[in-house]
Amino acid sequence: MFAPAPILPVSDADPFALDVLEDPLPFQADLRDAGPVVYLQRYGVFAMGRYEQVHAALTDWQSFQSGAGVGLSNFRYETPWRPPSILLEADPPHHDAPRAVLAKILRPRALQKLRASWFRDAEVLVDQVLSTATEFDVVADLAAAFPLRVFPDAVGIPDSGRENLLPYGDHAFNAFGPANGLVAKGAPRVAELSGWVNEQCAREALTADGFGAQIWAAADRGDITHEQAPLVVRSLLTAGVDTTVNGLAAVLYAFARHPEQWAGLRENRTLARTAFDEAVRWESPVQTFFRTATSDTEMGGTMIPDGKKILMFLGAANRDPRRWENPDAFDLARNPSGHVGYGMGIHQCVGQHVARLESEALLTALATRVESWEIAGPVRRHLNNTLRSWESVPVRVRLGQ
Amino acid sequence: MSQNPVSSGAPADAALRVVAKEAVAEGVVALTLRHPTGRRLPDWAPGAHIDLVFPTGLTRQYSLCGDRWDAHTYRIGVLREPVGRGGSAYVHDELAEGDVVGVGGPRNNFPLVPSQRYLFIAGGIGITPLLPMIRQAELVGADWTLVYGGRTRTSMAFRDELAAYGDRVVVAPRDECGLPDLPTHLAAADATDTRVYVCGPGPLLGAVENYCAHWPVGQLRTERFVPKDRGASLRDEPFEVELARSGLAVTVSPGATVLDAVQAAGVNVLSSCREGTCGTCETTVLAGAPDHRDSVLDDDERSAGDCMLICVSRSCSDRLVLDL
Ligand code: FES
Repeated sequence: MFAPAPILPVSDADPFALDVLEDPLPFQADLRDAGPVVYLQRYGVFAMGRYEQVHAALTDWQSFQSGAGVGLSNFRYETPWRPPSILLEADPPHHDAPRAVLAKILRPRALQKLRASWFRDAEVLVDQVLSTATEFDVVADLAAAFPLRVFPDAVGIPDSGRENLLPYGDHAFNAFGPANGLVAKGAPRVAELSGWVNEQCAREALTADGFGAQIWAAADRGDITHEQAPLVVRSLLTAGVDTTVNGLAAVLYAFARHPEQWAGLRENRTLARTAFDEAVRWESPVQTFFRTATSDTEMGGTMIPDGKKILMFLGAANRDPRRWENPDAFDLARNPSGHVGYGMGIHQCVGQHVARLESEALLTALATRVESWEIAGPVRRHLNNTLRSWESVPVRVRLGQ
Repeated sequence: MSQNPVSSGAPADAALRVVAKEAVAEGVVALTLRHPTGRRLPDWAPGAHIDLVFPTGLTRQYSLCGDRWDAHTYRIGVLREPVGRGGSAYVHDELAEGDVVGVGGPRNNFPLVPSQRYLFIAGGIGITPLLPMIRQAELVGADWTLVYGGRTRTSMAFRDELAAYGDRVVVAPRDECGLPDLPTHLAAADATDTRVYVCGPGPLLGAVENYCAHWPVGQLRTERFVPKDRGASLRDEPFEVELARSGLAVTVSPGATVLDAVQAAGVNVLSSCREGTCGTCETTVLAGAPDHRDSVLDDDERSAGDCMLICVSRSCSDRLVLDL
């Protein structure tokens, strides 16, 4: 069958411009409509915004590698700002052992032990917040507070210095983008924050029973090397905080904007589990990741040359009308399964079960106490090159019985 | 395109087609498997095996020995077991190119851990999981040696693939050289902090384990395949799934997944990969015997039978009760 060679659409838009980060949806719609693969002239990279191609590129690690960096910086030619992640920025075979170790520690059955105590912690936090005010900010008081309360404990790092986790993560996710003002803003504290994070990854800094200690125990068994252990702990601390905070902010914001969905959840608490994934689809806390072509590779009718960067818009794929009915609606009646908000394939977010459990605990505690809530003032985004993030979502709540 | 009918009654979603079957040594055939629609297969790493599910209900594990950079085929080597329980005889005598066979996994109980040096010891068909390990050791520039024992030279599969590695490979057919000198190799490995991987018949594993009894945990890695009889024949009949919390019952037909059936009944369960690798669809089993086909659960979790990955796993019993 004859198929005419498609023309590669070219765009000079900047997906990392502040106004696009503020509201990426119009850019993403243009990107999807322009074609399955689009060339972003400004950065010399290929981009894809449709679900089909994003899903295909994420699963095909053979053709689209992570080892040259999942940001704009191409490690084939440039030196990374920190030693590369041995999970996120590694390919098989180097990726295998760290991934296997972490996947085992974070699998659903292993997290059962945490379930009861996280549900209690969520109730305590929700009680604290609601006992002092009926107007508050869901970002600071719940979405950031809850993970910072339970996750560092679960990893096993000490109390002091936890305030460094969010700025460190914010910079790490900015650094996947171009060297723009957001990266410059974080640069002065990089050495200090990296130093602090690295100290927490040492065996002596970690409690005896957390994820961190389990990672070191895996090194003692030889499942990973002792040199890899602190880097695996670092991955947990980099990838496990900002993403969850923004995922929780997204689901809380979604409910504040959709009172009928909140009423539905109050009626059927089992929807708490669906709600988080629907929010991850709808808001996609991680908006983008890059891959690098391992050889001249065909995708969506376009030949992507060896060594070229490909920017995958997870957020755009998760709202692709070719895949989702009424994609802009936050709707608990939908099954959000198959969204690419956690990635897909061998790099799919290894902490997804942790994030879901945190969300389930928090939403369940809120559903018991809060009858309805609404946005109580102007909402503000926090801009980041990779994350869809919130600065402030003020709400007013009405308590139920 | 000519397609043979599904020969084993295996469910279409967890079945692969035999696209090549070749004799690779005396009593050994290699099978190449592919999804009937040609789609990507779940990823795997050296040491992983798949389950083949035979029409008798017997499940047998075979190490993957192909190339993981080829996402569309699996390759396994199958030895005709003289005292086996029918699995290997079925593969050798009945299973033909074009047939479709039930497959579970891949799962990995024998992962290759990072190391500067490896000693690989294979006995007979135990060479299969070691082949991709050797390729990987080469790829990362590790130092390695293979000691490959077998009955006779002609019974030892994949020797041609190994020939390229020169004297890193010690081929020791028993009828020519007697038993390989394991103590010398193992002593050298111990002295250099080498990771030792052994796969082969029970007596070989026993001998190595005895020798290494005092070694630090994790330095010696072995794999023992135990054929499992599930006590029930593979279900080409539909089975019932009861959803305890919603009070619904659904029938899962041979071509459908439990996940599909549950969703068709109006109960939403989260899933993601739909190939048994991510763990999202894990569901608590209250009664019944799950037929595990996933890559997620470990052996203890599988035998406990109290949870299952419903995107790929099925049922050995007439009825499953799920906490949904
Ligand atoms: S959906 Fe991934 S394991 Fe079932």
